[in-house]
Amino acid sequence: MPYDYRPFPYTAPPGLTAPEPRHKVAIIGAGPIGLAMAIELANHGVASVVLDDNNVVSVGSRAICWSKRSLEILDRLGVGDQSVTKGVTWKVGRTFHRDREVFNFDLLPEDGHKMPAFVNLQQYYVEEYLVERAQALGIDLRWKNKVVAVDRHADHAVLSVETPDGSYRLEADWVSSCDGARSPVRGMLGLEFEGELFEERFLIADIQMEADFPSERWFWFEPGFHNGQSALLHKQPDNIYRIDLQLGWDTDPEVEKQPERVIPRIEKVVGHKNFTLDWTSIYTFQCRRLRSFVHGPVLFVGDSAHIVSPFGARGGNGGLQDVDALGWRLAAVVKGAQSPDILAGYDRERVFGADENLLNSSRSTRFMSPEAGVERLFRDAVLHLASRADFARPMVNSGRLSRPCVYPLNAPDADLPKPARPGAVAPDAPIDGGWLLNALGRDFVVLALGQDAPAVPGARSLTPNVNDHLKRRYLGGAAKTIYLIRPDQIVAARWVTASADEISAAMAAAWGA
Amino acid sequence: MALNTKPNIADADGFYAKLLAIHRGLNEAQSHALNARLVLILSNHIGDAEVLDAALALARDGV
Ligand SMILES: Cc1cc2nc3c(=O)[nH]c(=O)nc-3n(C[C@H](O)[C@H](O)[C@H](O)COP(=O)(O)OP(=O)(O)OC[C@H]3O[C@@H](n4cnc5c(N)ncnc54)[C@H](O)[C@@H]3O)c2cc1C
Repeated sequence: MPYDYRPFPYTAPPGLTAPEPRHKVAIIGAGPIGLAMAIELANHGVASVVLDDNNVVSVGSRAICWSKRSLEILDRLGVGDQSVTKGVTWKVGRTFHRDREVFNFDLLPEDGHKMPAFVNLQQYYVEEYLVERAQALGIDLRWKNKVVAVDRHADHAVLSVETPDGSYRLEADWVSSCDGARSPVRGMLGLEFEGELFEERFLIADIQMEADFPSERWFWFEPGFHNGQSALLHKQPDNIYRIDLQLGWDTDPEVEKQPERVIPRIEKVVGHKNFTLDWTSIYTFQCRRLRSFVHGPVLFVGDSAHIVSPFGARGGNGGLQDVDALGWRLAAVVKGAQSPDILAGYDRERVFGADENLLNSSRSTRFMSPEAGVERLFRDAVLHLASRADFARPMVNSGRLSRPCVYPLNAPDADLPKPARPGAVAPDAPIDGGWLLNALGRDFVVLALGQDAPAVPGARSLTPNVNDHLKRRYLGGAAKTIYLIRPDQIVAARWVTASADEISAAMAAAWGA
Repeated sequence: MALNTKPNIADADGFYAKLLAIHRGLNEAQSHALNARLVLILSNHIGDAEVLDAALALARDGV
């Protein structure tokens, strides 16, 4: 069954008849990132108004792969279980050269995590769930409200908004610009979007068919069925399969988009005609970001701040990590608990995260689409060697899948397991009655294992019974430990043992960071 | 000594990127010459005849 695109209702906003009181936060764009931002702020007790020029979810699925970290964030927003239940869970990727498998990866070889390594789920479902959740929370969602101008002032911004019933002005202390890769707001502010364009085109097609391909990511270099170019096949719910086909730069996108061109190409991939086209599109890939994500009262989040090529699924997943890094800070600023200066921490951390995503996705794109000459020479040499020598296999790069970055924090640390070091996402583990990550994520938490937690003002203590998973992920060889964990579930600092004063000092530093 | 064909470079993607970067701005002849120098430098570093023979054979395999 093709997805049923139901339009969301437009209602005339109050600002059309009388000036609205100044809003705390206005969010421009109701894509996955704008919606997640609004819900995250609501979880922190901050109301926002969301303006979107459209009134349906993403047409065509675009993002399909949601990482473990994204699922953990979506879980905190209240749509995690739904997404996993509907989605296709997978963790194995296989890469082929011609008809031979040359490399494979298993993304989550250990148990004891609530969320799987990856779930494939069409972007329109994720948006649908987020809209339902936002509505349930009473968030002010305004469809067919198009922002056409942004006036920045020292402590607020004024938006000009067009609706089917006319225009109005809307004032907000903070604007979260989640208006996507083409971000009109970026243009309104005259900001440059720096980076590179790859001279390559990919045909992206979602097809519907009855088939029993395993729920694995399959990627081919130079397969016989596609004339020496690259191809990808990946399963989604509802018997939908994503197929990506490399086309080359000298193809005409308008011609290649026509079903009479697309269908024969797909027949060659799947080997039969029993499928229907659900969505097709032709993409050129870019890797770009804004130099800074914070511009006075305007904060860029998601694709408006950075775009990557999709092999690695670092776009939407990276955007959700932006929301993660911004929500708790912005909420504290809005409530007057912290100075606006702390938003520099958002900028620094997410520029760092974006650079890691850009680096990985441009390397993958280079490998798939090498320039003529020496790039091509080395690429082909790696593929040639991959079936003959183990060392060349991990060099085969069909996308390095999204993982959260580890922020470079200058924080107290101790000789404890590396994956849980300061700057990393606190690893999940089962605890009595549930999951560790579900017990974190709104406030600062002092997690004490093998000892009592010192009482620290402004932080909540958590002292679960130590089990094997907690031991392996948090204690290692130590008998006891204390972790300070931020509201975004990032480890802020850790000790074998610490006084309340030491923890307080680390918490102050984490706010300032 | 036997030729090590197991992965042995900690950050293979990073190394690969550097390998491409070192060629940037060179024409084809200059790139060939760079690759030749690199082979000679690494071969000298390895030294061991058995390893070098195995590497030469592996590089020629399938051509
Ligand atoms: C082919 C493809 C495959 C992808 N695969 C993956 C994947 O597997 N995993 C992954 O994580 N990511 C993937 N991505 C990336 C992912 O789709 C994006 O990162 C994601 O959509 C970004 O969300 P966003 O909310 O920032 O922007 P968008 O989803 O683009 O939303 C922006 C919103 O802003 C609205 N808007 C724009 N201008 C205005 C205005 N002036 N006023 C009001 N509203 C406005 C738009 O209508 C839209 O609703 C893929 C992308 C593509 C193209």
